[in-house]
Amino acid sequence: MSLQIRDLTQNWGQKRALDGVGFTLEAGEFCALLGPNGAGKSTLFGLLTRLFTPKQGHISIAGHDLSRAPDKALASLGVVFQQPTLDLDLTVWRNLLYFAGLHGIKGAAARTAARRALEQLGMGERADEKARDLNGGHRRRLEIARALLHRPRVLLLDEPTVGLDAATRHALVSHVHALARERGITVLWATHLTDEVAAEDRLIVLHQGRILRDGPAGMTGAQLSDAFLALTRKAVP
Amino acid sequence: MTHALCALVAICHREFLRFLGQKGRLVSALVRPLVWLLVFAAGFRAALGLSITPPYQTYIPYETYIVPGLVGMVVLFNGMQTSLSLVADREVGTMRLLLSAPLPRWWLLLCKLTAGALIGTLQAYAFLMIAALFGIGFAPLAYLAALPAILAAALMLGALGLALSSTIHQMENFAGVMNFVIFPMFFLSTALYPLWKMAESAQILHALCAANPFSHAIETIRFALYLQANAGAGAVVLVSFVVFFALALWGYDPARGLIRRKS
Repeated sequence: MSLQIRDLTQNWGQKRALDGVGFTLEAGEFCALLGPNGAGKSTLFGLLTRLFTPKQGHISIAGHDLSRAPDKALASLGVVFQQPTLDLDLTVWRNLLYFAGLHGIKGAAARTAARRALEQLGMGERADEKARDLNGGHRRRLEIARALLHRPRVLLLDEPTVGLDAATRHALVSHVHALARERGITVLWATHLTDEVAAEDRLIVLHQGRILRDGPAGMTGAQLSDAFLALTRKAVP
Repeated sequence: MTHALCALVAICHREFLRFLGQKGRLVSALVRPLVWLLVFAAGFRAALGLSITPPYQTYIPYETYIVPGLVGMVVLFNGMQTSLSLVADREVGTMRLLLSAPLPRWWLLLCKLTAGALIGTLQAYAFLMIAALFGIGFAPLAYLAALPAILAAALMLGALGLALSSTIHQMENFAGVMNFVIFPMFFLSTALYPLWKMAESAQILHALCAANPFSHAIETIRFALYLQANAGAGAVVLVSFVVFFALALWGYDPARGLIRRKS
């Protein structure tokens, strides 16, 4: 298994952000983590990226325990945070090389990996542009290219389409589905938009820190939207 | 090159590129101490009489006395600027990228600190060169001897900035905190007047100046610029660095959840 989460619990003060969350994702699986704002998705991503450590629970990434071997676990992880994390004052190329350095990739290997990552996302000709000069869609594509630069086995994306137009959203969703299908990357895609979920995706509904549903989506569009609303409404105490 | 060194080079490279892109930062880093050197010192040289005190062996002009203090001022402001850039990094999200890198957090923070300290040292040398152009120079070897002292001071003040940045959650809060750090630290030090001068005014001020780690950083630099070692002051700088860095590590401990969902 590529990503294993067991009994994850996290409190922020008196508020319980995550309550006994657990699931397992296999290699090549695309999992949509669907939840309304405040469901606990970003807290879960913060724990998965070790920005903070859980009060209780266990996380394993590509077979590495995140608490015992954080370096190996994080090396297997590619992340696109909800909040943009590009250095806007650097060029596209320098952003990638900086990330490569953080992952211990240097010299010719770093340049090759950066070039490959840009070409895969169709951004080769933008290497010398400053990140600040890119539009929202290209910034997101660059962040995905960067997250794939070190060939991770697990890719986390936290609401990556926020603020993007419909065409760009569709293109990103399709591209990441293809990454899971063709390259065997495990994808955890957090969103609150039901139209980003395909029928064949694994669907986890997170609400108020708890998993309400876990299984194949089996539906899309308005049907999924209605089911999601019914599920989360029912769960409101 | 190991992964850890590779990350150090990447972080330093990024900071240098950012520094080169911020033209005003170098200018303001140099103008500030030059104003003190050329205006303040000129005005006060007649008012402030300095007796001979180590490492000086003869009477010296006031401008000469304050140069090491102004070198300290350069690295002090740079340390706080590093702290400000950490708060900014956290606000724009680039801090998340750094802290989720597959390396121990203490190393990542030390890399960030080292990058800032190297830039501070560079600025300090730029100031020393300009001071030399105005006739306040030192022996050629003294510039080399001062390097470890300036770097240690920059690391210590950077570590203080790092520790402070872990307590500041918004850029708007930064100016207030800085006013309570930079000004007391600078004025309650040996940057502008020797310790005995403070003792003439008030014993409490003298005690505060003597306890201020920034005073020790300045004295380490001052002695090094005259090719002498002040081991006591140097030790205080190193111990202060360790304490401030330990506080910063505590502040950025993932178990404390500083980098929370929206921060």
